[in-house]
Amino acid sequence: MNAATTTSAWRDLIRKPFFWGIVAIVALLALNVLKDPGYLAISINPNNGNLVGNLIDILRQAAPIMMIAIGMSLVIATAGIDLSVGSLMAVSGAVSMEFLKNVGDSSSAGVALAAVGLSLLITGILGAVNGVLVAYVGLQPFIATLVLMLAGRGVAKVITGGQNTAATNDPYRWIANGYVIGVPVVFILALGIVLAVGWVVRRSALGLMIEAIGINPKASRMAGIKPRGLLMTAYILSGVLAGVAGIMSVGSVMTVDISRTGYQLELDAILAVVIGGASLMGGKFSLSGAFVGALLIATLDKTVLYLGVSSSATPAFKAIVIILICLLQSERVRAWFQGRRKTIIAPRVETAKEEVTA
Amino acid sequence: MSLTTETPAVAEVPGPVDRIRRLITANPSVLPTIASVVIFVGMIVYGETAYGRIVQYSTLSNLLINNAHLIVLAVALTFVIVTGGIDLSVGSIIAFSSVAGVMLANAGWHPLLVIVAMIGFGALFGLVSGILIRYFNVQPFIATLAMMFLGRGLASLLSTKPERLPEESPIRWISDKIKIVDGPKVNDLTITPAVMIAVLVVLAAFFVLHRTRTGRTVYAIGGSESSALLMGLPVHRTKVLVYVISGALSGLAAVLYTSRLGTAQNITGIGWELDAIAAAVIGGTVLTGAYGYVLGSVVGALVLGLMNVLITRDGGIPPEMTTIITGGILLVFVLLQRAVTRKKE
Repeated sequence: MNAATTTSAWRDLIRKPFFWGIVAIVALLALNVLKDPGYLAISINPNNGNLVGNLIDILRQAAPIMMIAIGMSLVIATAGIDLSVGSLMAVSGAVSMEFLKNVGDSSSAGVALAAVGLSLLITGILGAVNGVLVAYVGLQPFIATLVLMLAGRGVAKVITGGQNTAATNDPYRWIANGYVIGVPVVFILALGIVLAVGWVVRRSALGLMIEAIGINPKASRMAGIKPRGLLMTAYILSGVLAGVAGIMSVGSVMTVDISRTGYQLELDAILAVVIGGASLMGGKFSLSGAFVGALLIATLDKTVLYLGVSSSATPAFKAIVIILICLLQSERVRAWFQGRRKTIIAPRVETAKEEVTA
Repeated sequence: MSLTTETPAVAEVPGPVDRIRRLITANPSVLPTIASVVIFVGMIVYGETAYGRIVQYSTLSNLLINNAHLIVLAVALTFVIVTGGIDLSVGSIIAFSSVAGVMLANAGWHPLLVIVAMIGFGALFGLVSGILIRYFNVQPFIATLAMMFLGRGLASLLSTKPERLPEESPIRWISDKIKIVDGPKVNDLTITPAVMIAVLVVLAAFFVLHRTRTGRTVYAIGGSESSALLMGLPVHRTKVLVYVISGALSGLAAVLYTSRLGTAQNITGIGWELDAIAAAVIGGTVLTGAYGYVLGSVVGALVLGLMNVLITRDGGIPPEMTTIITGGILLVFVLLQRAVTRKKE
């Protein structure tokens, strides 16, 4: 009896969308500890009381990925995809840097806020363009956002005139590099946004309606849900969150590198969402899963670098993670794990085939 | 008298126009392909009048020589997109294949063996995507995305520096220019073995896709996979096959590109998957599958190539606008497809 309950508890845990993500994070951290037993140590910098350590670095690096992963979660839940987030990060960074450089007041918090506001406004508008193409024109999300992915970097280049623009502004820099009670501001900000978005979509019917669109748009419309407005909301939110991610990643170096800022990060976001257990077919999302996924990607990036592999080789490791997770999530591999089920499924397939031939 | 002169004119002019109109009403999906041909011709006419020296041997043969690899990629994507899938890994496969190939050539392998190995690497990547898609129900988008990461990462593991092919390497012969018509000054009609290979690939792909049972199955899968399965078509085998074809053709594109450039690097081919998709889409391949023509994709690739020529000739358009223009063209064509397919529904 007791054994049965523990196995069912295990089964519940394994079924949790982010279970394999957590397993992978623990495995990666264990790998690091094998190389350096003091890897997990977190110390306090005596000068300013900030927490220092590899784990803190991982949290800091995960923040932008969390932002785009949250936006991507909602978009994927509507059975869509947003490939433009990486390019929108570059646009957001370009707008901020160009604005700060032209205003030139390096200590004003008001200027920093205006730069943030302007960046988010523009990425929001670009997100709305995606939304209009998907919701009103009826394009496939993949292709609608592919266009902005292609053109977004061009837009960023036009904004900065093709150069990598740098600027100085202390309050803006604080967003990416500052600490509050020893914890990086970016992580607090990211956590706050994740919780806020999670609270809004799960406490209201918004999340349910977004999932309904992903499962069956026609049925959800008949049930009184207006898909267009919700699709617009999802794409605009994804655009704005990409803007936040752009500010975070540009702020730490105060330079926008048109070709590198946010490069291939759309793929990281998709990876984070898939790791989090969401299906790319839409219809369900898990913000906690995406959160874990973003942490896993940051851990993976850091581990690969730590093990002395060239950072341009990290994609290979990400690919292996994607493949492993897709395999673990696939029906066929699950059936192998549960050998008993397989024998039940096998004859059913046979009968289906017989019906077909008949 | 005016009547007699008019009637033959009327009877003569509607011939081709009428035939095209009948073709469009019978099958509206050809509209984007026709549009791309019109645009290609329009671009040539505009380029000739605005900048000159477009309709001449050297420009047109350079257009083919410089875009041979893109034509091969567009053909590869046509197969995959017609089944309703997508292959995002082509650019990375080229990076891995070319870096590995040049390293093997430098290690003293026989050139023919190197070429076979390069194509083989591509086919292997395609096979893995195909198996993931077919046997583990991974979406094409995500499986080829994984291959995109894997190819790029493995290429970076091999080398992050440009790898040079030796000057006397026989592989470079593939891009040796052969003069066919010796025009005045540099205005020669030239051709390279790479262009001939690309043309052969196009002809073979045309034959397979439009004239064989396998090609019919490819279209049937795009139309409705479950119907194709119920009809008893070899859906699973064909699905794996299109990704293997796409991977192998990417490997071939790597051979063509490397032979022309003489160097290979891990960052080769970034963003080419988008160029290849754009070429196929401009050529009338509908991204939801079931519609598309090999020859249309070739025209699409040439439109993109010609656009680059015109932008360089113009000089007034900043190079950073290129991606915006490509994006804009892609969007217009997708909207056109949308209008056409919606009318059909």
